[in-house]
Amino acid sequence: MRALFRAFCMALVLLVSATAAPAVSPDELLEDPVLETRARAISANLRCMVCQNQSIDDSDAELARDLRLLVRERLVAGDTDTEVIDYIVARYGEFVLLQPVMALHTIVLWAAAPVILVIGLVAVFIGVRRRRQDAGAGTRPRGLSRDERKALDKLSGQ
Amino acid sequence: MIVELGHFALVLACVLALAQAAVGFVYWRDGGATARFVSHAAVMQFLLVGLAFAALVHAFMVSDFSVQLAVEHSHSLQPALYKFTSVWGNHEGSMLLFVLILVLFGAAVASRGRSLPHDLRTLVLSCQGLMVAAFSAFVLFTSNPFWRLDPAPRDGTELNPVLQDIGLAIHPPMLYLGYVGFSICFSFAIAALISGRIDGAWARWVRPWTLASWAFLTLGIAMGSYWAYYELGWGGWWFWDPVENASFLPWLSGTALLHSAIVMEKRNALKIWTIFLAIITFSLSLLGTFLVRSGILTSVHSFASDPTRGTVILAMLAVLIGSAFALFALRASALRSGGLFAPVSREGALILNNLFLSTATAGVLVGTLYPLVLESLTGARITVGAPFFDLTFGALMVPLLLLIPFGPFLAWKRADLVCVVQRLTGALIATAIISILVFAFMGFPMTLAPLGLAIGIWVMVGAVAEVADRANLGRVAPGESWRRVRGMPRTVWSTAMAHFGVGVMVVGVVCATAFETEIVTSMQAGDQFEVAGYTVTYSGERAIEGPNYAADQGEFVVDAPWFWPTRTVTSERRVYVVSQTPTTEAGILTYGFTQVYVQFGERFAEGGRVVRLWHKPNVVLIWLGALIMAVGAFVSLTDRRIRIGAPRTARGEQRGASA
Repeated sequence: MRALFRAFCMALVLLVSATAAPAVSPDELLEDPVLETRARAISANLRCMVCQNQSIDDSDAELARDLRLLVRERLVAGDTDTEVIDYIVARYGEFVLLQPVMALHTIVLWAAAPVILVIGLVAVFIGVRRRRQDAGAGTRPRGLSRDERKALDKLSGQ
Repeated sequence: MIVELGHFALVLACVLALAQAAVGFVYWRDGGATARFVSHAAVMQFLLVGLAFAALVHAFMVSDFSVQLAVEHSHSLQPALYKFTSVWGNHEGSMLLFVLILVLFGAAVASRGRSLPHDLRTLVLSCQGLMVAAFSAFVLFTSNPFWRLDPAPRDGTELNPVLQDIGLAIHPPMLYLGYVGFSICFSFAIAALISGRIDGAWARWVRPWTLASWAFLTLGIAMGSYWAYYELGWGGWWFWDPVENASFLPWLSGTALLHSAIVMEKRNALKIWTIFLAIITFSLSLLGTFLVRSGILTSVHSFASDPTRGTVILAMLAVLIGSAFALFALRASALRSGGLFAPVSREGALILNNLFLSTATAGVLVGTLYPLVLESLTGARITVGAPFFDLTFGALMVPLLLLIPFGPFLAWKRADLVCVVQRLTGALIATAIISILVFAFMGFPMTLAPLGLAIGIWVMVGAVAEVADRANLGRVAPGESWRRVRGMPRTVWSTAMAHFGVGVMVVGVVCATAFETEIVTSMQAGDQFEVAGYTVTYSGERAIEGPNYAADQGEFVVDAPWFWPTRTVTSERRVYVVSQTPTTEAGILTYGFTQVYVQFGERFAEGGRVVRLWHKPNVVLIWLGALIMAVGAFVSLTDRRIRIGAPRTARGEQRGASA
């Protein structure tokens, strides 16, 4: 299925650019290894606009190549990493960032996992406490006695 | 003629499933007669859908291009294997495969589930019947694979070349076995809610189905990951794209279900939660399959291009999942929780496991759907990609992984933490020593990666420690330990194996991500390049002809360090004749767990070629870990308690041939 989807993406890429250029090719690489490493790090967080969910580093599309060259151009011009990213976002929009910014419109996205974890922890805590109180008040559900349960556990190979 | 027979068989199966569901839901209290009817109906459906599927396979194998689907997705030049896999390498065929596996599981319950009480079996099979009816109707009315073309074209337009791979033969069927397998758990949950029979015995009946589905899903995802790794040509193995997330979501919640069902089985607690997870897991499977199928997830625009299909899918999802949750809301409050336990206990540990796994599920779900929702609400377009998931998912997994080794050491009901830590001291020391040795071997790299490695090692050592502890290794005579090892229940082995597999995978992931070396260069024939101690020599290229493609093949000789022999590997750039689609075939050499990955690139300068080389240390461990997990699950399936079936009720008629 993933491959189906990839294939779909490839088909799209091919439609967009009949002469598909490959992912990072040697002539794009910068002489300065430090700058090149920075370029790669920045590229990993920038998406290819015409494919689904591929970073520009991995993409074969012409547009991704343009972006890669643009990133390197800015780096050579002396921009900091943030400046490069800001420059690209200003031209192509937030859509280009693989890791969304933390802002008002993404607050739900970023807060989802931590909030759910906290709610879950609280729920478990309350649940366990209530259960123990119930047990303390002698409202234990009628059922097997402790010995019976032990015997049962033993039988079931516990 | 054969195609029409298949078409007709599918119609019959659909009607039969409808009858099965109707009779089952009305007369489920009536015992044996109804149970026999729904069981026979389930087996019959399997035969009918099997016939329909066989008819379609036949049409593809003999290249019957009067069938529209074969025209669109097959070609007479394709090798036989790819003619066969073309059957499900498209929307219509894969939906038929989905229905086939659905009825396969139905028939499995019907033939193996003799030990189930009649009412439960009837309800489970009726619920399956309802789903079979819905999905086969979906296939028949919106995605029918049996349509003919008149006049028939002379040849087809070939299966997408990217899919012409052994991966397509394994990955989708495995994945569907996992997805659809969870439908049985879902049906069991619905049956439990209707009949009110929700207890430890229920959990025991569901267990083998959960285990089997989980194992298949694990294998399916791992296979898909490896396929993407070697086929897509740049060696990525997980991209967090929506399609992958769609398969990962049910895996996460299925893993939670696997663990919570243990608490329910052993201690009669967490009942509401387990039922909830059973419903959620299959809902996520459906959501994944169908949102992807309808194209909503990949692109909002392809959804609009076929509104009927998408709308029907959404309506079915809403009805099925909606009614399941309505039933759940109605009945769950009537459930009484069972066994008591202290916070520090096996139960407590499994609850923590569930907490982290369900939070991870929710987090991935939100991340996958958020851009879609945001765009439809505000029009703002954002991307939620790999860096986001790495961060949020990773943060949740660290505590979970750290806690894994403690779980099996904790006693049920009430455990003594100090005592557990004492028993784990050996494992802690072993982890520290192994980690330091590994770091020293790597020259103490100043990154976070060694911490990740240490976590993986800790999980692996913890799994070994559990077995050693149970065998009383070192505390009693070796012979006695050996006797204990042999007497250990299979479920202990399976837990240890699955957890060990998790550790193996973590090590693989950390190594492959943090210590990978990549080289992009241009090479002339005879050029050499070194990557992480491996010397790669480009010996030259030649043109070759495949059955349905032409290719430029580059040959490379790789000199490996240590005792590894010199080996030759080829990488190809293919162009498929019919569709003129280019693909790349990577050249991969495996040294132990490490791989050297060569991609033969485009022409460059005078007579040269762009060559991309990767050294991927321990990358194989990623998939090996998944394999160990799945094998662990299968080992658990052979446990005596599952083999002989769940305890029988006195009411159930005793049959000699019971499973």
